[in-house]
Amino acid sequence: MRRLREKGWRPALVLILFLISWEIACRIFSIPAWLLPAPSVIWQEAVNGWPNYASHLQSTIQLSIIGFMIGSSVGTLVAVCLHLIPTVREAFYPLLIISQNIPIIILAPLLVIWFGFGILPKLIVITLVCFFPITIAALDGFRQTSGELKHYMQMTGASKGQIFRKLEWPYGLPSLFSGLKISATYSVMGAVISEWLGASEGIGVYMTLASSSFRTDRVFVAILFIVLLSLLFFGCISLIEKRVIKWKPEEGKISE
Amino acid sequence: MSNLELVNLTKKYGETTILNRISLTVRNGEFVSIVGPSGSGKSTLFRLIGGITSPNSGTIKLNGKEIIGKRGFISYMPQSDSLLPWRSILQNVVLAAEIAGRKDELEAKRMLERAGLKGYENAYPHELSGGMKQRASFVRSILSPQPVICLDEPFSALDEFTRLDMQKWLLAMWNEHQRSILFVTHNIEEALFLSDRVIVLSARPASIKKEFTIPFSRPREEALVLSEAFLEYKKRIYQELRATNG
Repeated sequence: MRRLREKGWRPALVLILFLISWEIACRIFSIPAWLLPAPSVIWQEAVNGWPNYASHLQSTIQLSIIGFMIGSSVGTLVAVCLHLIPTVREAFYPLLIISQNIPIIILAPLLVIWFGFGILPKLIVITLVCFFPITIAALDGFRQTSGELKHYMQMTGASKGQIFRKLEWPYGLPSLFSGLKISATYSVMGAVISEWLGASEGIGVYMTLASSSFRTDRVFVAILFIVLLSLLFFGCISLIEKRVIKWKPEEGKISE
Repeated sequence: MSNLELVNLTKKYGETTILNRISLTVRNGEFVSIVGPSGSGKSTLFRLIGGITSPNSGTIKLNGKEIIGKRGFISYMPQSDSLLPWRSILQNVVLAAEIAGRKDELEAKRMLERAGLKGYENAYPHELSGGMKQRASFVRSILSPQPVICLDEPFSALDEFTRLDMQKWLLAMWNEHQRSILFVTHNIEEALFLSDRVIVLSARPASIKKEFTIPFSRPREEALVLSEAFLEYKKRIYQELRATNG
């Protein structure tokens, strides 16, 4: 916390300066609110409009959490399989990358055609967005396991499974968490995109409605909440990471 | 009765011969050192004994049973401490026993106390000094149930004072537990001070150049290192090693 207070003021200051100049610019040039609303106007809408979007917000949170859970499980599972079975890795690794080259915005409508307007296509979109960073990060983590430690485990007579459970998995955990942090923020974006496709509720729906009725202030409220949610998810994962990985020397306290 | 027996081991990588007809025995409760110029294939020898690779010819026997290519029959202490950074010291020292399927935390705690690591059971490796980590690493290998312990230059990364302390400590532990030890080092003095026998390897391809039986009585004192007889042995081994290089 102290570190946050010591270092956090810099980005905070930049953000405040940015908002102030935005506000001033809007007033000086009297920019119409449908084109670019001033921060104060957005803030007012955020406060007064709460009953309008509270349910949307709730449904997006729910969707992104479920999607993230599924996505991270799939991502971890895929990473473990690819790592433990080299032939599978050789066969599927290039396909993994291709799966990320297909623009999600094009794939999403297709998913709706295939799976309807229910929750399934939405979860597929979020899973597709989420699993990749986790799989790649975890795979890298497993593979970077120190050769020295691996040699020791082999000399001691550890089986392949023991080496994975006792050495490679814990060794890869920090990398896995890097992947999880990226995916946690992506999951919110994935949820919003999937809601654009046709949902009855959600920040994505709220955003589409707002932009088609020129309520630009509401679009910005939506953006604000997407950012806040992403940060919140990121923070949660970081907290869990701190709990799980206790063995890293604390910064500035590295033993000699 | 537990002895490790290597008979006519030859190992080649491609066309290069690394080990050439190595034969040696480590008898029950014996402390045997191997000294040789660096790059002479000492680690290859350990990889063979550990079952990570197989020799081109020759056999490795433990108590008369062949163990070529089989893992888990020896206890091993590597050059670096190789403690897992996410395990506490206590969890680390039981690792080898855990892999062998025989974990005894009470015994581990007792051994840590003997090793002067009491109070560090729940510390992580990065909180310990180099010498302490090596002690933990040795405790780990002695807690492993196998009768033969292979040590691969375990003290080479330590400073001179810590090393001497560690050597005396190792002798005390060995005396208490009566395990067979195969010790690889490039330090002649260390080999002489610790061992019953010292085996000198030649430069690549490594073969056994000469074997010295060290007659000094045990327990050995620090002063031994400066005695006439000790220096005489040191000279002879040194000359043997020089001859192999030249």
